[in-house]
Amino acid sequence: MSLPLDLHPVLASFGGAIDFIFNPQTSNVTGGKDVGGFDQAVELILAQLQISLYAMALSLLVALPIGLYLGHRGKGELIAIGFGNAGRAIPELALIAFMAAAIGVGVLNLTIALAVLGIPPILTNAFVGVKQVDRSTVDAARGIGMTEFEILRKVEIPLAIPTIFTGIRGSTIAIVATATIAPLAGVESLGDFILNENVYGEDGVLAGAILVALLALTLEFTLAGIQRLLTSEGLRLKTT
Amino acid sequence: MRIDQTKLRMVLAGVLALALALGVAACGSDDDTTGGSTAAETDGGAIASNPANGKVNLTIGSKNFPEQEILGEIYAQALSAAGYKVKSDLNLGSETVALKSVKSGAISGYPEYASTALTSFFGLEPEEVPADATEAWEKANEEFEKEGLTAFEPTPFASANAVGTLKKTAEKYELEDVSDLEGVSEELSLYGSPECRQRIDCLAGLEKLYGLKFKSFNPVDIGLRYTVLEKGQADLSILFTTDPQLSAESDKFVILEDDKEVFPAGNVIFVTEKATAEKAGPDYEKTILQVQEGLTLEVMQELDARVELEKQTPKEAAASYLESAGYTG
Repeated sequence: MSLPLDLHPVLASFGGAIDFIFNPQTSNVTGGKDVGGFDQAVELILAQLQISLYAMALSLLVALPIGLYLGHRGKGELIAIGFGNAGRAIPELALIAFMAAAIGVGVLNLTIALAVLGIPPILTNAFVGVKQVDRSTVDAARGIGMTEFEILRKVEIPLAIPTIFTGIRGSTIAIVATATIAPLAGVESLGDFILNENVYGEDGVLAGAILVALLALTLEFTLAGIQRLLTSEGLRLKTT
Repeated sequence: MRIDQTKLRMVLAGVLALALALGVAACGSDDDTTGGSTAAETDGGAIASNPANGKVNLTIGSKNFPEQEILGEIYAQALSAAGYKVKSDLNLGSETVALKSVKSGAISGYPEYASTALTSFFGLEPEEVPADATEAWEKANEEFEKEGLTAFEPTPFASANAVGTLKKTAEKYELEDVSDLEGVSEELSLYGSPECRQRIDCLAGLEKLYGLKFKSFNPVDIGLRYTVLEKGQADLSILFTTDPQLSAESDKFVILEDDKEVFPAGNVIFVTEKATAEKAGPDYEKTILQVQEGLTLEVMQELDARVELEKQTPKEAAASYLESAGYTG
């Protein structure tokens, strides 16, 4: 039994890419040194995770407090949503080049550039999540003597967790996917495979793309699991 | 006082979780300053438009950095003046992509450095690349012919990668040749394009052929190669010998002499399919050779300067070159 002919080239290129991930390959331009392979793949995956982690941390640090506060006050829709959406439209590479003259390239530059991408979903969702909590619930909480901070912590945030987490997940995916541009800003990442077809060949480019996709999916599922654990029982979507 | 689950579900579903914005939007600066005249030395005479060429469609390609885009524009505009129907695609990511595009017919041809063709496509070691422009072209052409392609004669100017640094760094460590880095390179950081790290005609060659080890190698976008030096981040940066900054700011930047020839110099050859060249007729090659005749190192540097320093578009720079050299009216 042979495979259908028209399927073959696609499978072949995937096969090449998978092989690239596990075994070093020869390259035309390296003067005999093999490239790719498991060790380099692992090294670049870790580098990609590291820079993504920095950017996520900064995004959370900036976006969560502002989003929660504005949501609690029920004000600042323009800031939370308008700013948020504007942030998504900024071209990353231009931003990196712009900041390069001021703070240089490297981890700081890239962390800020990626955070610009990561902040909007978290900000918007934290705002919407808290704001949409039933006002009568909040009034009741206030009625039994809770302070404003207690209302936010004990009532609004628990009820808004699913929405807030959706923002965090979206932001994570955006950051991990975009961290592939890191090698243009002085930091290694899986983008090395994707940007350098001259060195790694088509197999390397595809291998890089596959690894980034797997990484994003793994994080997505992990975060979805955490979200489920954090969501109060009464709010969980029933799986019947 | 119960939570409306349907409502919550709707909100959840309505939230956009897919912000997969791998939108790498390079910022094209569209400054509309038109400069003075170009210092083209040769006057090849005006390009004559041949109505017979109107039936031929050509797509001129180039890689995606200023010098390549300028060359692409020069060839495209000249061929258009010769009567061809010309489109351009000046945003090809790498030579691998460019070559593939020629072979697949997505582009008719594109300018390539003979040295790059020999090392990247045909696996030559940097020291095997002939220093003589004609010899390098003949060697590359021989290989191209085997694949149904052909390369036209080389431009007068040649470009090469080079290790560059600030003048004060060079003075501090007494650097003139790349060999002088021996013993001090461990204290110096090197910046270069992402692919430099693995390439034998870049970092891999500096390590292997010069035996140098650097404090760090940091990949950066080609467009930032001077920014990292100016900012003081990079002690050394991989530059191009055609860079206008080297002549415009010669008191600030210097390049180190490549005494062991890791960076072969390459004149530009126009690579195209044989079939395309035959179909397009004699004016195709003639026009390309005619307009590149004025492209000396000086002129190329000036054109690069207009785009990189004065923020003209490659299109404007190419047009003013063609006009002031008398190729177009």
